[in-house]
Amino acid sequence: MSIALAGQPNCGKSTIFNTIAGYKAITSNFPGTTVKYTETKTLINGTTCLCIDLPGTYSLTSGDPADLEARRHLLSGEVDVIINVVDASLLCRSLELTLQLLELEVPMVLCLNMMDEAQRKGINIDTQKLSEILGIPVIPSIATTGKGLKELFNEVMKVWEEKKKRKPLKFSKDIEEIINELVSILLPKRLVEEKIPSRFLALKLLENDQFFIHEINQFKNIFHQVKPLQERLEQAHGVPSDEVISSERHALAMNLFEQVSKVIHPPKKDIRIAIDQWVMHKFFGYLILVGVFYGFFNFIFGIGKFVEEPMMGVFDQWIGWLEGFFGKGTLSLFLSKGVLQGIAGGIAIVLPYLVPFLIGLSFLEDLGYLPRVAFLMDVFMHRIGLHGKSIIPFILGYGCSVPAVMATRILEFPQHRFIVSILATMIPCAARITIIFALVAFFISPNAALAIFALNILVVAISGKILSTFYPEPGSLGLILEIPAYQLPSVLNTLKKSWYRIREFIVIAWPILILGSALLALMEYFGVERYVNWFFSPLTHLLGLPVSVGTTLIFGLLRKELSMIMLTQALGATQVLTVMTKTQVMVFTVFVTFYIPCLATIAALWREIGRKGALLAILFTLSVAIILAFIAHLLFGVFPL
Amino acid sequence: MQKTLDQVDENRKAKVIDIQGGQGIRQRLSQMGIHPGDIVTILRYGALRGPILIEIHGSQVALGRGIASKILVEEVE
Repeated sequence: MSIALAGQPNCGKSTIFNTIAGYKAITSNFPGTTVKYTETKTLINGTTCLCIDLPGTYSLTSGDPADLEARRHLLSGEVDVIINVVDASLLCRSLELTLQLLELEVPMVLCLNMMDEAQRKGINIDTQKLSEILGIPVIPSIATTGKGLKELFNEVMKVWEEKKKRKPLKFSKDIEEIINELVSILLPKRLVEEKIPSRFLALKLLENDQFFIHEINQFKNIFHQVKPLQERLEQAHGVPSDEVISSERHALAMNLFEQVSKVIHPPKKDIRIAIDQWVMHKFFGYLILVGVFYGFFNFIFGIGKFVEEPMMGVFDQWIGWLEGFFGKGTLSLFLSKGVLQGIAGGIAIVLPYLVPFLIGLSFLEDLGYLPRVAFLMDVFMHRIGLHGKSIIPFILGYGCSVPAVMATRILEFPQHRFIVSILATMIPCAARITIIFALVAFFISPNAALAIFALNILVVAISGKILSTFYPEPGSLGLILEIPAYQLPSVLNTLKKSWYRIREFIVIAWPILILGSALLALMEYFGVERYVNWFFSPLTHLLGLPVSVGTTLIFGLLRKELSMIMLTQALGATQVLTVMTKTQVMVFTVFVTFYIPCLATIAALWREIGRKGALLAILFTLSVAIILAFIAHLLFGVFPL
Repeated sequence: MQKTLDQVDENRKAKVIDIQGGQGIRQRLSQMGIHPGDIVTILRYGALRGPILIEIHGSQVALGRGIASKILVEEVE
């Protein structure tokens, strides 16, 4: 059987998902889409269940492509039970989505999550009554502590066995009449797809939902009957038909909320409001923002350096032993050294920085700090011709460029998506951050690494300005963003979430690193490497880099970490400074930070903004990288580091 | 007196009268629970004509000034 978790953003859906997901959880792309869903197979009371964590959606009516995908999945007929997760402290607003989910006529359980939060706000909810009115089970829970989740899944199994469908709640009489009229037109024709309930379809058509209007367009006789019905609604209520339906749903939700909830005491004094006085302050907010990211930076570097130094020492020693064991210049030495350096690269160079970075990012994400950053940065994003929400793909870009490119789907206009996708790939991802830390911060100084991050932000801003003059926006809507209450993330959840991302490196990237490292060793042994380096020599010469780094740039296209690990391998030394000057390390890092995105990112770009867009991104980033690295070469040639 | 949302002072409450804009903006605001008739509290203004933070039905929403200037309100209290 298959369960879908649906709910509005920040309702604790993913926390519930992570609690039940074993470490077998996989992240997968749904066929035909590029929006990432997470799914897991889990055993509930002896039945294997496929559980899907849909992206948070505020409603089922939306022009946002990500929302449409969630809706498409819910309508695919593959979902046996929907768990509608609701933030109990925001019950009134959340019920509007609940009402829409009921319209899908799929068996459903309501999970009233964050009950502790509701209590703090002084809201008492009569779950029994809510369940009676909605006609579905209502289970209170506190997902962060796991409270109520066992009952929730027991109820899910019960609902699944009964296969009981609940009819949606009724609107006002005059609206219901029009809905019924449209249903009777649609019903005999079995239109669009059989799986779509006719009442749901009728409502969407009355709401002027562009997707379904388009679908119905091919049936001319029906299409012509929709418009007069829309007009009848408009005449009776004096507002556009979509507003009639959404206001009706809103009124229904408000009414429901008033029936089942009581404010028993005024909200307890909340320290979080006092915190926001500072965090979102016109001046101190920005100071705190800089402080947070500076602290984050030192946290990663502190841990990374502490681990990298002694570990590299150990691996150096082992490589020495290998030389003694196999003898110099033998094929077995080249191969074993290549493999060992690949392993060492993962353990000693990448993981020490990647682990604290991902844990820190999960923490900031779960804490709810990122929307506040979007609030503070909105005005600056507009200055460079971008939408305030673009900051979200940018921040995600510091983790990995692929989800960052996908996250551009939250932007409405293709022009925005195009520009932000290209810019997001220029933000150093976790792999490139590792390079900046392990090369520049480690060998030159932490401040030099900070300078690269600052330079990067400046370059992205200027690039944004340039690109947005070429692709001007068509009068955008501006920022509409929920600022959720702070949540203290549970240690277990933060670790679990980071683990999913770290595992991605260990399972996919690391083997590639080891293979790549061995391959490079072979190329070196058979002398192929020379031709590749010769091919790149105009570039390496221009930037004043050692000729042998040429090959590493090719490997960097597969995985960005490879550039660095290959570097130690290509130079034949783990102590980079013995063969490269500090200036060369700096120039190399600047180039690697900006040049062509990795293959996975190019594929994501291709899907999101087309072949031309991906090509433009490649050319654009390559030119930026060459120009910046050349400037760095000239600058530090005059003022050596 | 009717004014637009971006003309209401910090810490004041206002009742939404009308949303002047197309289906797109209406839908996006209704998703956040903002409909005509609702009471919103203006919590703070961002620096340099940055977004406006409001409270609606117990949740906090940031709105760009452009959006806020399309929401017609009436101050209450």
